[in-house]
Amino acid sequence: MEKKNKLLIVDDEEIVRQSLKAWFLEDGYEIDIAEDAEVALRLYEKNKYDLILLDIKMPGMSGMELLVKLKEFDPEAIIILITAFASVSSAVKALKNGAYDYITKPIDPDELSHLVKNALNQKNLKDENIQLKTSIEEIIKPDNLIGESPKMKEVYSLISTVSQTDTTVLILGDSGTGKELVAKAIHLNSKRKYFPMVTVNCGALPESILESELFGHEKGAFTGAHYKRKGKFEMANGGTIFLDEIGTISLKVQIELLRVIETKEFMRVGGSESIKSDFRIIAATNENLQDLVSSGQFREDLFYRLNVFNIYLPPLRERGNDIILLAEYFLNKYSSAMNKKISSFDKEAIKFMKEYYWPGNVRELENAIERAVVVCHKDKITLDDLPFRVLKTVNEEPLTERSLEAIEKKHIEKILNDNNWNISKSAEELQIDRVTLYNKIKKYGLRKNN
Amino acid sequence: MTKVILAPINIDNLQLLDEIIPDLKNISKLDFVIEPLKIDISEAYSVERGQYHSTTILKLMIENISNQSSKVVGIVKNDLFIPVLTYVFGEAQLNGKCSLVSLFRLHEEFYSGKSDYELLKQRTIKEILHELGHNFGLIHCKDWECVMHSSSAIEEVDIKGYRYCKLCSQRIKETFEIS
Repeated sequence: MEKKNKLLIVDDEEIVRQSLKAWFLEDGYEIDIAEDAEVALRLYEKNKYDLILLDIKMPGMSGMELLVKLKEFDPEAIIILITAFASVSSAVKALKNGAYDYITKPIDPDELSHLVKNALNQKNLKDENIQLKTSIEEIIKPDNLIGESPKMKEVYSLISTVSQTDTTVLILGDSGTGKELVAKAIHLNSKRKYFPMVTVNCGALPESILESELFGHEKGAFTGAHYKRKGKFEMANGGTIFLDEIGTISLKVQIELLRVIETKEFMRVGGSESIKSDFRIIAATNENLQDLVSSGQFREDLFYRLNVFNIYLPPLRERGNDIILLAEYFLNKYSSAMNKKISSFDKEAIKFMKEYYWPGNVRELENAIERAVVVCHKDKITLDDLPFRVLKTVNEEPLTERSLEAIEKKHIEKILNDNNWNISKSAEELQIDRVTLYNKIKKYGLRKNN
Repeated sequence: MTKVILAPINIDNLQLLDEIIPDLKNISKLDFVIEPLKIDISEAYSVERGQYHSTTILKLMIENISNQSSKVVGIVKNDLFIPVLTYVFGEAQLNGKCSLVSLFRLHEEFYSGKSDYELLKQRTIKEILHELGHNFGLIHCKDWECVMHSSSAIEEVDIKGYRYCKLCSQRIKETFEIS
């Protein structure tokens, strides 16, 4: 059922109070009446009114004085003053004191009806706006940016410093350390928070698609462009664009990106009209951009444009007790989602989580806990509930062998397991070529353990 | 069927009311009869404003028809006001027995100087059904097609519909079990 708006009518003349009451009752409002300022204040303390109609001339405290008092109580109160004598000076004074409007008796019914409707519409929109902003803040709170380690405290301090500015930010850190969450936190703490944050995963898109994804395209710009489409830069107008895996973009897109950053203007693919957009750039990478600049894969000028303010996210293994804080957070999140009563971890599980290398960082920890909650049938997560890959590493015995070959075998096996037997990645990490790695696997008789 | 009395107050020519009764019956499914009311409304007259205070006339009506069980809609030729407003088309007791409609500002001559009898009939039907709706406990409706839509200017009277919307009809039925 629709909520009834509540009005307070303050007038010393009984006949006016009753007339207005009857008039507004027919409109479906809830009405309280007061014959003087004192009664009005008493009613106002106990009730919440959407609008107050106030006679300016009353014995005792005048309507103007009451207006000031009511505004002190609630600066958002909507008050319409009524008077028998129109005077510009008192009208100006009333408006200066915060009245919504000012009307003279007798009032044209059409004017009164529209004035009240407009005032209430404005108030309802204002209330709705506040409510929406609150719920948006609830919905978009950055998830799991958790940790109390000194390194993370430094990250929080940098987030808070840079959020208040419009500076371009470059977030550095290994895969899974939470770079997108940091970007979100910066956006949500900035003045741009009510505008969109648009994320582009540059590494996931081939050059031709990335270009139209970033800048949009006109109808018929290329085969398959059946409709005009806005690009991510246009969509981010007013807000933030987050360019993830920036190190992977081609030199051609780098040139265009540089121009957009400098001018905040671009053209859609196949278009001739220049489009302006107001956005803030946050970029992220897990690569060493300076190395890419040295090897000619990344433009130096673009690097300097992006590297204005950088935030480095430490790998999880360097975050000390944060591992446990995060594990507890994920445990709570997944046990609630799966409606399971799992409250903690046993000692062994905690010890192993603290000692594990966590190559996949927070993302790996989250996946490990989610899986553990699925398989756990007790009220505590035990070592057995943690995924195989984790156990494999943490169960590893300390190296007892003395020969170099034995140690090499163990090390290669560990790297292969860490990379889920991805030969290219493992070879890269071991800093040997793929053929050498194959030869070593053959030599040591290593096998993928399922 | 609930009976509604149309009570012309100090009006001699009843042709207009005679002519609109079939439409009123047809739209509202209520039984309308005309019973002229002779009361002295001079005490409702305001010399400064040159208008009649509608609440005072309503009070006089209630005093004169206290034994009636039907709803009574008073019809006057005079211009009506309530103290805080410049004019009103009518006034009703919300959830009560009596209401009042003024023909004064329903005449097209008042606005354009040209007479339009058909328009006067349409406006009168709407205003009678509107004030009667308040007697049945209805408040203003947001539906522009509904006769209970608020109309504080003549344009709004002309724009709104003749009938009670589904919801308002339902409310009347539920409260008074009329069909």
